Amino acid sequence: MAEKSTVTFIITRQDSPDSEPYEETFHVPYRQNMNVISALMEIQRNPVNANGEETSPVMWEMSCLEEVCGACSMVINGTARQSCAALVDQLEQPIRLAPMSTFPIVRDLIVDRERMFDALKQVKAWVPLDGTHDLGPGPRMPENKRQWAYELSKCMTCGVCLEACPNVNDKSDFIGPAALSQVRLFNAHPTGAMHASDRLEGLMEDGGISGCGNSQNCVQVCPKGIPLTTSIAAMNRATNLHAFRSFFGSDETL
Amino acid sequence: MAGQRDFYWRRLHSLLGVVPIGIFLVQHLVINHFAVYGEESFNKAAGFMAGLPFVILLEIFIIYLPILYHAVLGVYIAFTAKNNVAKYGFFRNWMFKLQRWTGIITLIFIAWHVWETRVQIALGNAEVNYSLMEGILSSPFMFWFYIIGVVSAVFHFANGLWSFFVTWGITQSPKSQRVLTYVALFIFIAVSYLGVRTLIQFAYGV
Repeated sequence: MAEKSTVTFIITRQDSPDSEPYEETFHVPYRQNMNVISALMEIQRNPVNANGEETSPVMWEMSCLEEVCGACSMVINGTARQSCAALVDQLEQPIRLAPMSTFPIVRDLIVDRERMFDALKQVKAWVPLDGTHDLGPGPRMPENKRQWAYELSKCMTCGVCLEACPNVNDKSDFIGPAALSQVRLFNAHPTGAMHASDRLEGLMEDGGISGCGNSQNCVQVCPKGIPLTTSIAAMNRATNLHAFRSFFGSDETL
Repeated sequence: MAGQRDFYWRRLHSLLGVVPIGIFLVQHLVINHFAVYGEESFNKAAGFMAGLPFVILLEIFIIYLPILYHAVLGVYIAFTAKNNVAKYGFFRNWMFKLQRWTGIITLIFIAWHVWETRVQIALGNAEVNYSLMEGILSSPFMFWFYIIGVVSAVFHFANGLWSFFVTWGITQSPKSQRVLTYVALFIFIAVSYLGVRTLIQFAYGV
């Protein structure tokens, strides 16, 4: 492969949450095995655009640089993914970077993913602390259940599934696939299961599980390969049963 | 619990799409298919349906009200989606988009179809029989309008049945959902055949 001396990036920028977005082009010196983040770092070191003009450095978020934190999600050549795991050699050039438009834009490639944390609150995606004193070891979990639950626990709230979902947009209040799958995770946990119906109630609230339209983009784009659509179908079953039971009453109280 | 109405409305929407609307659609196309066996055969089958006891109540509670509800909420659902098949061209995403498009097409078709048949019959301008449909479908424009309308309706039903199985938590694993995709495809082809075959019979008498 012929060595390229520079790589061209076309970046959708925005100076503040309310200002108009615009595109700016950069030529970044090519280095072997570089990823999108290392290119952005290069722009930060030398913020000169393709016209040779000095400009403000492009802002983005990052943390772990190994695809486990979820901070560096952005739209790369049209599809949302982690920029740390996006290798320049594997991307079509010029490389187009844009913020995930489903979320409010803070600046340039930085978005505000707070709605995902609000969604986790809606479905109570945690195991409540039941006392400050030592209660001893919790109930055991079957190994095969632990294995699939572990896959669900890989969710890093990166927002890629929300960006790809056609039903998550400013016309709908759908909380998105990530939080739905977290209900399955915490309801599978032996201690978490003691609050299973609280979470199902959260799924029944407006913007909850009924917002899913089965486009199944989420499971295709999830960088962690989480079986989101299996989780959604499982939660559909659990939520429907819960709705029937609480509507008609049942001896199975949970 | 505050704010759980959407959940119940959406579940009702999903249920009504299959029971009774989906069942009615298949029954309607099966009855119509008697036209292929001749004019007399069709008039007898249609006459049997029209002669059911409480037919007006059956029509209102099994056909009109469920379809009206499904249509009103369905249009809202279709217009709150932001289709993105250009960026994410996966099979299911296309099905998602087509489900919304065929829903709108089917609604337009049904509105016209009910006006042209049921309403005209109620006004005394027409009578349910073979020659009514023969007259409508002898125009090539109406023939193609009916072809598009019927195929849209059947697609919307077959693909909607797939979603129904997910929405009610019956098919959970990717494998079961894949199997149901083939089942839905078979239903789409088989029921479309019934509808299209009948239209050809009315339009061309063969």
